[in-house]
Amino acid sequence: MSIVLNGITKRFGNFLALDTVDLEVRAGELLALLGPSGSGKTTLLRIMAGLEFPDAGTLRMDGEDATDRKPRDRQVGFVFQHYALFRHMTVFDNIAFGLKVRPRGERPSATAIRAKVEQLLSLVQLEQFAGRYPTQLSGGQRQRVALARALAIEPKVLLLDEPFGALDAKVRKDLRRWLRGLHDEIHVTSVFVTHDQEEALELADRVAVMGHGRIEQIGTPTEVYDRPASAFVFDFLGNANKLEGVVEDGVARLPGNLSVAVRGRKPGRALAFIRPDDITLAHAPDGPARITAIHAIGPTARIDVDLDGTALEVALPRTGLETLALRTGDRCRVSLGQVHLF
Amino acid sequence: MAVEATLDRPRVGMGASPAKPRRIIPGFGITLGFTLAYLGLIVLIPLAALILKSSGIGLSGFWSTLSSPRVLAAFRVSFGIALAAAAINAVFGMLVAWVLVRYRFPGKGLVDALVDLPFALPTAVAGIALTALYAPNGWIGSLLMQWFGLKVAFTPLGILVAMTFIGLPFVVRTVQPVLQELPPEEEEASACLGASRAQTIGRVVLPALLPALVTGFALAFARGVGEYGSIIFIAGNMPGVSEIVPLIIVTKLEQYDYAGAAAVGTMMLAVSFILLLVLNALQHWMRVRHAR
Repeated sequence: MSIVLNGITKRFGNFLALDTVDLEVRAGELLALLGPSGSGKTTLLRIMAGLEFPDAGTLRMDGEDATDRKPRDRQVGFVFQHYALFRHMTVFDNIAFGLKVRPRGERPSATAIRAKVEQLLSLVQLEQFAGRYPTQLSGGQRQRVALARALAIEPKVLLLDEPFGALDAKVRKDLRRWLRGLHDEIHVTSVFVTHDQEEALELADRVAVMGHGRIEQIGTPTEVYDRPASAFVFDFLGNANKLEGVVEDGVARLPGNLSVAVRGRKPGRALAFIRPDDITLAHAPDGPARITAIHAIGPTARIDVDLDGTALEVALPRTGLETLALRTGDRCRVSLGQVHLF
Repeated sequence: MAVEATLDRPRVGMGASPAKPRRIIPGFGITLGFTLAYLGLIVLIPLAALILKSSGIGLSGFWSTLSSPRVLAAFRVSFGIALAAAAINAVFGMLVAWVLVRYRFPGKGLVDALVDLPFALPTAVAGIALTALYAPNGWIGSLLMQWFGLKVAFTPLGILVAMTFIGLPFVVRTVQPVLQELPPEEEEASACLGASRAQTIGRVVLPALLPALVTGFALAFARGVGEYGSIIFIAGNMPGVSEIVPLIIVTKLEQYDYAGAAAVGTMMLAVSFILLLVLNALQHWMRVRHAR
């Protein structure tokens, strides 16, 4: 099912949580809403579920207006950040809940419900936990129960609020991969909220980067990463060096006597973003930069460089570092590859 | 009491005294000792004295006192109406707690404070006030008489009114914090899964509140059974109809029948204890199942 949001605005008191947001969720895709806390991403997700109502704007599901539709009539599966499992019910009853509360005419028979729950339990690999209570499960297991419960009603859209937020790093990574596999298998239109750029870029088909109640950019992970539309997006996607400079005569002058040719930009102050792997270093005893630290763990080495008082982070393959033979305290020359100027 | 010994450690080493189990929180021995001594002094000794006193009349005397129709009727009145009042409080107390937790409205603080008034009011004052209101010539009593022909004061109904009045805070104050803790997400999850509001209340909210509700019910019930001051004014105290057990005890005391009074008191103690034990067991069972 596709969801089209038009001009969605939501205020909480004086705080503008969403500012005329337009967004299209395509049928069958896995979309990430990525942004810092307070950017309005969760509010947007809750509006899609019908748990909040927008002050202005419309929401269409499969072309039909659903702005005022109640949550129970939307056929969405919602997975809450803290799972919100029913504490007094077993795993089995939690998953069966959505089927058991259906009106008498539409309710499947007890055996059909049992079969469905068992199928879902095997999907989330929790067959032997059917009789447990939520408190007897680990965080990752609870998350999977929450997912199975949401899937039981065969929702047309799956909405996940920070689905991995409360889990530790290892479980998070496993579950992420598992969720991607699950989506490839069942192809339900899915939207998930996250503040973790790595998670969004790895998992989603498309990423919507949100800031200050607006969507700053939307595109495939590659598009968003390679061609950030604004300084905010660049900054948020992280891992970028930020240099303040001045543009004059078609050249951006940056700290450490570095300069970059720019075209079609008015003179004035500018922010330059350079990713760590777009910087190269070379041994130079009289160079402008000094190496302050080298973290050589894993395939990529991270090198902290002090460039005329500005800290830079440089990423080099370990082999490259070895051929350069750089050490902490050495002076070096810095050259920049791709520079994004805003 | 040799509580340490229950740890039952086999002796290790060369005849040295067994290593004391290490505890993170110190002071177990002294606090437990104090607790037991205190409970003994404040609760157990007076109760033991009560039982001792009642044993003065022997088993047959005990039995003949308790099996008199007037005493039996009083037991029925006291426990039956206390249960009914606790049930009423369970329903409406929960409603009050719900409103106080879930909504914001002007004067909420005032309403919240109002709930505790039955705790603070001298029971005799409450009894006289209720009697004045519900008497056939009182504000409410006269209307009830006129519209429904219902007589409240000086009937068992009056006892119900008084017991409901004094028991309300117990239910509100036990349910309120639990309701506050109940995450609204559970209700939202229920709605997203297609449940109607009634289904959400019945299947998600109520089961979560049940342990607290049982506690509140038990407290309100216990209070109702033991209540004396407010009830005697409104009950009319007709033997066999609207006479409560505490009044029987007072009557026996006035007739210098101390052993008989003690026997009735002992019986009351036993019945209350068994009922509270059952409620506690029920509650424990629920807590174990749904422990966080």
